[in-house]
Amino acid sequence: MAQGIKDKVAILGMGCSKFGEHWDKNAEDLIVDAYEECLTDAGIETSQIDAAWFSTAFEEQHVGKSGIPLAMALRLPYIPVTRVENYCASGTEAFRGAVYAVASGAADIALATGVEKLKDTGYGGLPQRSRGVVNDMVIANASAPGSFAQLASAYRTKHGVDAQDLKRSMAQVSVKSHANGAKNPRAHLRREITIDTVLNAPMVAEPLGLYDCCGVSDGAACAIVTTPEIARSLGKKDLISVKALQLSVSNGVEAGHNSWDGSYLMTTRKAAEKAYREAGVEKPRDEISMLEVHDCFSITELVTMEDLYLSQEGEAWRDILDGVYDADGAVPCQIDGGLKCFGHPIGASGLRMLYEMYAQLLGRAGDRQLEDPRLGLTHNLGGFPHQNVASVSIIGACDT
Amino acid sequence: MTGITAFGAYVPKLRLSRKAAVEANGWFNPSLKGLAKGERSICYWDEDALTMAVEAARDCLADRDRATIGRVTLASTTLPFKDRQNAVILAEALNLDDNIASLDIASSLRCGTSALLTAFDTVKANDGGHVLVASGEHRSAKAASPQEMQYGDAAAALLVGAQDVIAELVGHHQVAVDFVDHYRGETERFDYYWEERWARDEGLLKIVPAAIQELLAKTGTAADQIAHFIAPVAAASAGKICKMTGIPDSALADNLAAVMGESGAAHPLVMLANCLHNAGPGETILVIGYGQGCDAVLLRTTDLIARAAKPTGVPGALARRREETNYNRYLAFNDLIIQEKGIRSELDKQTAVSALYRNRDMVLGLIGGRCEACGTVQFPRTKACVNPNCGKFHTQEPYPLSDVSAHVQSWTADNLTYSPDPPHHFGMIVFDDGGRLMMDLTDVEAGTVDVNMSVRMMFRVKDYDERRGFRRYFWKAAPALT
Repeated sequence: MAQGIKDKVAILGMGCSKFGEHWDKNAEDLIVDAYEECLTDAGIETSQIDAAWFSTAFEEQHVGKSGIPLAMALRLPYIPVTRVENYCASGTEAFRGAVYAVASGAADIALATGVEKLKDTGYGGLPQRSRGVVNDMVIANASAPGSFAQLASAYRTKHGVDAQDLKRSMAQVSVKSHANGAKNPRAHLRREITIDTVLNAPMVAEPLGLYDCCGVSDGAACAIVTTPEIARSLGKKDLISVKALQLSVSNGVEAGHNSWDGSYLMTTRKAAEKAYREAGVEKPRDEISMLEVHDCFSITELVTMEDLYLSQEGEAWRDILDGVYDADGAVPCQIDGGLKCFGHPIGASGLRMLYEMYAQLLGRAGDRQLEDPRLGLTHNLGGFPHQNVASVSIIGACDT
Repeated sequence: MTGITAFGAYVPKLRLSRKAAVEANGWFNPSLKGLAKGERSICYWDEDALTMAVEAARDCLADRDRATIGRVTLASTTLPFKDRQNAVILAEALNLDDNIASLDIASSLRCGTSALLTAFDTVKANDGGHVLVASGEHRSAKAASPQEMQYGDAAAALLVGAQDVIAELVGHHQVAVDFVDHYRGETERFDYYWEERWARDEGLLKIVPAAIQELLAKTGTAADQIAHFIAPVAAASAGKICKMTGIPDSALADNLAAVMGESGAAHPLVMLANCLHNAGPGETILVIGYGQGCDAVLLRTTDLIARAAKPTGVPGALARRREETNYNRYLAFNDLIIQEKGIRSELDKQTAVSALYRNRDMVLGLIGGRCEACGTVQFPRTKACVNPNCGKFHTQEPYPLSDVSAHVQSWTADNLTYSPDPPHHFGMIVFDDGGRLMMDLTDVEAGTVDVNMSVRMMFRVKDYDERRGFRRYFWKAAPALT
């Protein structure tokens, strides 16, 4: 196996805008909000950045194509800027690009920025777009919640879970995230809810109700990365380094071969296995201190707990009801509110998750600070359960 | 011998209660109240004359060898395309060979019977291949009109050939006369009708009896020999024609008015399919097509009819029924009201016809692939096998999936995505032979779908491109026939 990325790259600074419905801001404004915080945290000048990666998913909805919008928003000094898009893993992809550039030695300092300005469509939910001229002729007319709702019917069937029990467990996923989000001043949704709020909400896509779905938000997040050596030379003491960065992309087996039963995410499992190996994690439930997973929908978070090998297969729904993933549970999950409440500006989400893990590892998380976290895991899932992109990243205190 | 060798029919599952329509419109047109009996068939939002014709043809052909079909004729006054041959789409959906003749026949309510007569001529001239005659009609009528109450949507298909005939052509007579009881101009959506009494007394009851008498004389048939009189007209008028021609009242075939309504050009063929379903050997059948003249066709069933495999046919199609009591839904499905559909409905549905042509076997024929190396059936048929233990390149032979049964692996009822009939049901559909597809469901009611439900493929409209007048077709999963 390749050497992997562990401890080769450190985070020099991070920034994140407030997520939400920013009726008064353009994407470029959000980028600047996140970048100013990030640059201050890093303690460098823009001129010291060698290369940048820029992630956004629905570019036609706001900034348009290419790396140019980032270069223009920050007046970057004619450096390389690469625009990346990989569904909801886009933000993590920007981070991966910057980290690999530093690890390769091609860049000393690299910037990753993600942004999404979604609230200009005129309707709630994600923008609905063509999926390509051939796909449009055959694939189902599906919304994002409709696609992820598929997991619920397959999970119920495979594990013999009663629909009401599963719905209740899914509700707890959202109740927990709302409790966390209420404590976070930058979160989009800051209201505590009860299980009954979730159970009584209007149905979006059976069995996902309104509170089973994450917010659609505007926002930006960014990271500046460098080598541990350079970070130290710049005066950084408590270094947070990258332990693992893995990505797995569907090749059509789930969508086209009957070996997949529809109840789990094949990609998340593959990415998790490799990430744990890369980071040297042997017992994830004991070693992972906290995590931010891709809770686009409550059912997604539920099955992800199994796909990350934190819950036994068929048991996540019970673990959730038992509070394992609550803020005071064994493995706190979505401590910043998650996609559910912090919000989900697609291109920024992966970086937003890392921002929270970074803040927690540095003890900067204020009211929601966890006790002595060691390793933080982030997970993105883009696309549909039967055809998707999954990323798993792990960061922690630098060991070198 | 030239005649019909197989038959099939299709009636949409939805039946509009006429009472519901009269409750909505009786205030405006009290004369409708006399029509508030029974129900009429209505297309679901994703059905049209072509999709119904495809289903009728599939019912007719079942597992017959389709390679013997040399010509496909589609008859309708409500064809979805004015300039893009509709019959060829039917042929593609049936996965027929490219080297066949195909033809649309239109413009008169007797085009269904005329298409059948043309098929007899073709078979007689060529003595060999089969001709598939299909007719579907998705009728259009203004709200609160009597036509709205009388019309129905349906399709029928007949296979015409020289061997294994179940109903032999005895003779026919045609009359061409420009009697205009109603018409629909090139740019119009709806029929324009002249006075009913004139239409009946001066037209129908003069033209049809005369044509019948010519035919009976021509073939040396006595009127009382007719066992089944198929007249796609009101029962009272049909009764009068019997009296005028000597055909026994007992021969009058059910015009299906009570259960589905009158399906235009398709109707004589639908009634004929219904008649053949229960006909015994040696029975004489007279079929009438009426509109700007008359087609009178005399058939006689053969001994084979008793042994021939039965299709789902009209009785089966009628049994597959769901009552619609919401008149507004009928209006919406037929574009008869202006609805607020929301911004999501504005998604551009343009079809790249170049891509459609390149992928037409996949889209219109639901052709998947089967890997010659490992045997895995898959959809779509791509260059590399999807089996994770194979993955070989260039090994897939075409594999049709439209007649393969399947079941639901996962599903949802989606209220967010735009659908003309929310919530939109879709799910992962797994074929019994292997292969799967996340596909749209159709003809389902909320609360009736579940994992492991058996489904069958049906040819439907996937999207309407209202801006450009195009519609794209694909296959959807519908509950299997029980």
